[in-house]
Amino acid sequence: MEKVRARSTDQMRPLEKTGPRPIHKFLSFLVFLAGGIGLPAPMVLAEDAAGAHDLFKKCAVCHEIGTNARNKVGPHLNGLDGRTAGTVDRYKYSRAVKKAGGGGLRWNAETLTEYLRKPRAFLKGTRMSFAGMKDPDQLAELVAWLIGFSADGKAGSMANSDKTELLGASASALEGDPEYGEYIAGECVTCHQISGKEDGIPSITGWPKENFIHALVEYKNKLRANPVMQTVTSRLGDEEMAALAAYFATLKHK
Amino acid sequence: MKLNRRHFLSATGAGVATLAMPSLGLGQAKPKVVVIGGGAGGATAARYIAKDSKGKIAVTLIEASKRYYTCFFSNLYLGGFRDYASIGHGYDTLAADHGVNVVHDWATGIDAGAKKIMLASGASVSYDRLVLSPGIDMKYDSVPGYSAEAQGRMPHAWKSGTQVQQLRSQVENMREGGTFVMVPPPNPFRCPPGPYERISMIAHILKQKNPSAKIIVVDPKPKFSKQALFQEGWEAHYPDMIEWLGPDIHGGIKNVNPDTMEIETDLETFKADAASVVPAQKAGSIAMAAGVTDGDWAPIVPASMQAKGDPNIYVLGDASIAAAMPKSGFSANSQAKVAANAIRGELTGSKVFPARFSNTCWSLIATDDGVKVGANYGAGSEKIEVVDKFISKTGEDEAVRKATYEESEGWYKGITTDMFG
Repeated sequence: MEKVRARSTDQMRPLEKTGPRPIHKFLSFLVFLAGGIGLPAPMVLAEDAAGAHDLFKKCAVCHEIGTNARNKVGPHLNGLDGRTAGTVDRYKYSRAVKKAGGGGLRWNAETLTEYLRKPRAFLKGTRMSFAGMKDPDQLAELVAWLIGFSADGKAGSMANSDKTELLGASASALEGDPEYGEYIAGECVTCHQISGKEDGIPSITGWPKENFIHALVEYKNKLRANPVMQTVTSRLGDEEMAALAAYFATLKHK
Repeated sequence: MKLNRRHFLSATGAGVATLAMPSLGLGQAKPKVVVIGGGAGGATAARYIAKDSKGKIAVTLIEASKRYYTCFFSNLYLGGFRDYASIGHGYDTLAADHGVNVVHDWATGIDAGAKKIMLASGASVSYDRLVLSPGIDMKYDSVPGYSAEAQGRMPHAWKSGTQVQQLRSQVENMREGGTFVMVPPPNPFRCPPGPYERISMIAHILKQKNPSAKIIVVDPKPKFSKQALFQEGWEAHYPDMIEWLGPDIHGGIKNVNPDTMEIETDLETFKADAASVVPAQKAGSIAMAAGVTDGDWAPIVPASMQAKGDPNIYVLGDASIAAAMPKSGFSANSQAKVAANAIRGELTGSKVFPARFSNTCWSLIATDDGVKVGANYGAGSEKIEVVDKFISKTGEDEAVRKATYEESEGWYKGITTDMFG
């Protein structure tokens, strides 16, 4: 576990100059398939077979798991085994997930495997921007690891302090001007619907500020592949990122 | 407009900024903004000014059509990927949610001195600021033999509407093994990749219904947008179906004859079973009437989209000379937000931020084979200038192309929501 910690922001910097290494290109490509911003690019991959913890880095920018895990872009993932879909307290789910839960969908090894293999095929209308995990071995490993966490997050093997470090600390430290953010958001909302609806382009409303900025920094550093987003973020400085994050955080899914 | 107004306002404070508001003494009515043209530029401008001024500005939108069919994605209708109804949009939400006064009428003249617009119905409307987003008019005589009357037989279908439907039925009714001839327009024109996406979509239809048919492209230009991507796609999906001829090959278009369906060039005369001829273009006529054009298009101040020569008039989209920005719905939508921000600043003293523009043009070559080109832009002192840009690569993975197409569908939903609410 210890040998695969995320890169720190400083370690990440040389990538800005040298461009993505092949492994990042591949990972960014996976992200591209997911349709963009909602899916975090994993920031490191062990040279040997990836463990579940590494696999979880795909999830970790949006989801927390372990002691004191909280809802972020997505709901916390403690106590998944046997949990009815769409029932974590104070998390605002898509209509599709709530409906599936109401219809009796419960998460367990089998349903999670199906879901994570191809989320949008299994649960049409989910807001989770993840294309899916094709490798059956990796998928089995991740699912087994996920459902190992009890409701209090203690039974699992990951401590909350071990969570992924987010990029963009200097922007996150600023208090963004939401009015400026609303103006710059004009560039975003030509594609990303302000209502939070998705029709082929991920929702970006209601994200926690740090996660939002992390995703922008990843695009700016070309750790995510979509060239539209790379171009949009190329001229965003800390002030602009903080402003955008502040503005989008005020919006609610409709 | 030479000042950076954001810094000006923050340095002097809002109290001083209100002094800059023109003719808004106590007791006067709300400032009036009139927008002419309800497309990507006009609808967006009306919506943003009304929404963001929160009732402080009275916004009127003048648009002849009750239902607006987008020109972007009309190619997908031609290719059978969309039904026609799916690219139609109404103005009800603009009126109901944002209080825009939507007037379905034609603007026939503008008295810029009196700040007054004449309408076809005989009524007139006055404005404090006017936003012109009239799109394009055709220069029919730019193609010898072509005319407004020729449109029925050789539709340009470059403004969406019934001509696009006509064109699709003409393609579908071609004789077996027949020839479709496309004459794209010379630069500059609306939607640079559009003619080539259209060729792709028509090839897609013919491949299914009339696979021995041919497509000949008689292009007045030696090169075109996303050329390598389109030509690679044509070879992969429609081998031997499409023949593209640049001017150095055909030697010039001498005449088109809608009666005989012949397209005459120096090289040879092509006999078409169906044809689309897209002539050269110019700003919509109301921009000419407003006196803001120089030649065929309207020059603008890059920081605000104000017409050069009349600070009370803003020109958006295809009609403007936006330099590095292509004439596209995305560009118009982007320019509208810059203008809306500037207009609100002038009329209500709200903060004005530096202009930032962006554009992406997606094109579909075949099922699940989407490509894109895009850039973002800033305001130089004289022109809108590119900041950063990208284009899809040849030889991309199928999954990338499919994701690009799906992204374009998401964009369509996004921009039409951004335009119409």
